[in-house]
Amino acid sequence: MTAAIDVREVHKRYGGVRALAGVSLSIAQGEFFGLLGPNGAGKTTLISVIAGLARADSGQVRVLGADVIGEYRRARSVLGVVPQELVFDPFFTVRETLRIQSGYFGLRRNDAWIDEILHHLDLQAKAEVNMRALSGGMKRRVLVAQALVHKPPVIVLDEPTAGVDVEMRQGLWQFVRRLNRDGHTIVLTTHYLEEAQQLCSRLAMMKAGRVVALDSTHNLLQKFSGLDLKLRLDGDAPPEDLAGWVLGRDGDCLTLRLREYAELEDVLMRLRRAGVTVRELELQPPDLEEVFMRVMGRS
Amino acid sequence: MTGFVTLLKKELLRFWKVSFQTVAAPIVTSMLYLLIFSHALAAHVHVRGGVRYTVFLVPGLAMMSMLQNAFANSSSSLIQSKITGSIVFILFSPLSYLELFCAYVLASMTRGLVVGLGVLAVAAWFVDLPLRAPFWALAFALLGSAILAALGLVAGIWADKFDQLAGFQNFLIMPLTFLSGVFYSIHSLPAFWASLSHLNPFFYMIDGFRYGFFGASDAPPLISLAVVGGSFVALCALTLGLLKTGYKLRY
Repeated sequence: MTAAIDVREVHKRYGGVRALAGVSLSIAQGEFFGLLGPNGAGKTTLISVIAGLARADSGQVRVLGADVIGEYRRARSVLGVVPQELVFDPFFTVRETLRIQSGYFGLRRNDAWIDEILHHLDLQAKAEVNMRALSGGMKRRVLVAQALVHKPPVIVLDEPTAGVDVEMRQGLWQFVRRLNRDGHTIVLTTHYLEEAQQLCSRLAMMKAGRVVALDSTHNLLQKFSGLDLKLRLDGDAPPEDLAGWVLGRDGDCLTLRLREYAELEDVLMRLRRAGVTVRELELQPPDLEEVFMRVMGRS
Repeated sequence: MTGFVTLLKKELLRFWKVSFQTVAAPIVTSMLYLLIFSHALAAHVHVRGGVRYTVFLVPGLAMMSMLQNAFANSSSSLIQSKITGSIVFILFSPLSYLELFCAYVLASMTRGLVVGLGVLAVAAWFVDLPLRAPFWALAFALLGSAILAALGLVAGIWADKFDQLAGFQNFLIMPLTFLSGVFYSIHSLPAFWASLSHLNPFFYMIDGFRYGFFGASDAPPLISLAVVGGSFVALCALTLGLLKTGYKLRY
C-alpha cells in the first residue's frame, strides 16, 4: 500500500544552519504517528517540507504517492496541516474563514461538514464572530478546523495543544482519535510526551536534524523504559535474589525495574519467602519522558 | 476553478470590507488634487489643443489613482498576510501559481478601476469631460492597473517588512507616477526632461489613457499601447517566475 508520507534522504540548510540532515521515514496509511524532539530538532522544518512551505535542498517527499514538488496540487489536496504559529486572517468571521479555506480546496457547498467540525471543536457559538475577537485557544481551534475542511486523508498537527486548556485538549484528542479510527493518518508533534504516549502508535524522535529513534511506542517504551516498582520494606534488607531487578535505593525505599507485569508476582513471592514485610508499594508504568531523555542523551 | 474564484472573492472582500479606506479615501484625495492644482495652475499651464487645464487634469488623476490603488491592493494584501503568517493558508492549498497570480491581479485591478471610475464620476460633476475614444481609454485602464497590480505582487513578495514596501512605493511608484505627466503635458517640458519622460512607462499609461478622452496625446497611441503591453507581458513573466520558484514565499 502507498505510504501516507514517504520522506527520503531529505536535507535542508538555512544559511549556515543544518535544519535537516538526511531524514528518511515512512508513515503508513491509518497510522497515528508522533514526531518528537527538543526545540530546534527540525520537526517543524520537516513538516514545512512535507506541506510545501519549504523546499528541500535534496531528497524526496511524497504524500500518498504524490511528489510534493512535481505533483504539488495532488499532494496538497490530500494533506491538512495545523501550523504551530497562531495565525489568522483578521478580515473574516470563523465561518467565512472556513468557507474560504474550503474554496481553496475546490469545495463550494461545504457547510454541512463545516458545521460538524464546528460542533466537534465546540466552536458553534463563535461561528459568526470575527477572528480578531477570539481568544488564543479559540483561534487554535479554528486552525484545526481549517486543516480539516477538505477531509484530508493525511492530517499533520504541529503542536496543536500548545497554550490550550485541558477541556479543549480532551475534546480535540477525542475528535482526532475519531478521525484516525475513520482511516485518517495523523502525524503529531508535541512537547506533551504523555499525549504522544497515549495517542501515537509509532514515534520518531529527532535531534539536530536527524531521526535518532524510530519505532513503535510499545517497543521504545520496552527498550528504554520499564515498570518501576517502588517498595518501602519493613526494616529488613531486601533478599539478595532481587539484586537483578534493583534500579536504586533511597533510604528504606527500594526501586526495582521490571520488564513486564508478570514479574511482579515473582518479586512478591521472593519477598514473602524471605519473610520481608512490604509497608508501601507503588507501581509506575513505562514512561515516554524517560525514553525521550535516554534517547536524547544517548545520541 | 473554485479555488481561483474563492481567492478572487476573498481578495475582493478584503478591500470591500474596508472600502471607506480603500475606495472612498483615494477618491477624496484625487478631488483635493483636482481642486488645488486646477486652482493654482490653471492660469500657468498651457495644454495643447486648447483643452482647459482642469479638464486635462481629470483623466491623469483618474489613471494615477487607478495605478496607485492597484499597486496598493496586491502589495498590502501580500505583505500583511506574510507578516501575520496567514499566507500559509494559501500556501498549504492546491492553488496553482497561475491561479494565485490571476486572483491577486484581478482583485487589485478591480480596486484600481473602481477608484478610477469613482474619480471620473465625481469629477464629471465639475467638468465637462469628452470621451472621444473610449476603447483606448478602457485598454489603457485595464493594462495600466494590471501592470501595477503585478508590480504590487512583486513588491509584496520581495518586501519582508512594511518599511521596505513603503520604500518601493515612495521611491519608485510615486516618482514614476508624479513624473509621468499627470499634472502637465510633457511637450511643455524642456527637451531633456521631455525625452527623459519617454523612458518612463507610466508616461505611456497616462498619455494613452488621456488619448481615450481627448483623441490627442503626446505620444502616438499605438506606441503607447506597445510600450504598456510590452511592460505588462514582461511583468507577468517576472511575477509568474517568482511565484513558480516560491521566491521569498516558500523557503
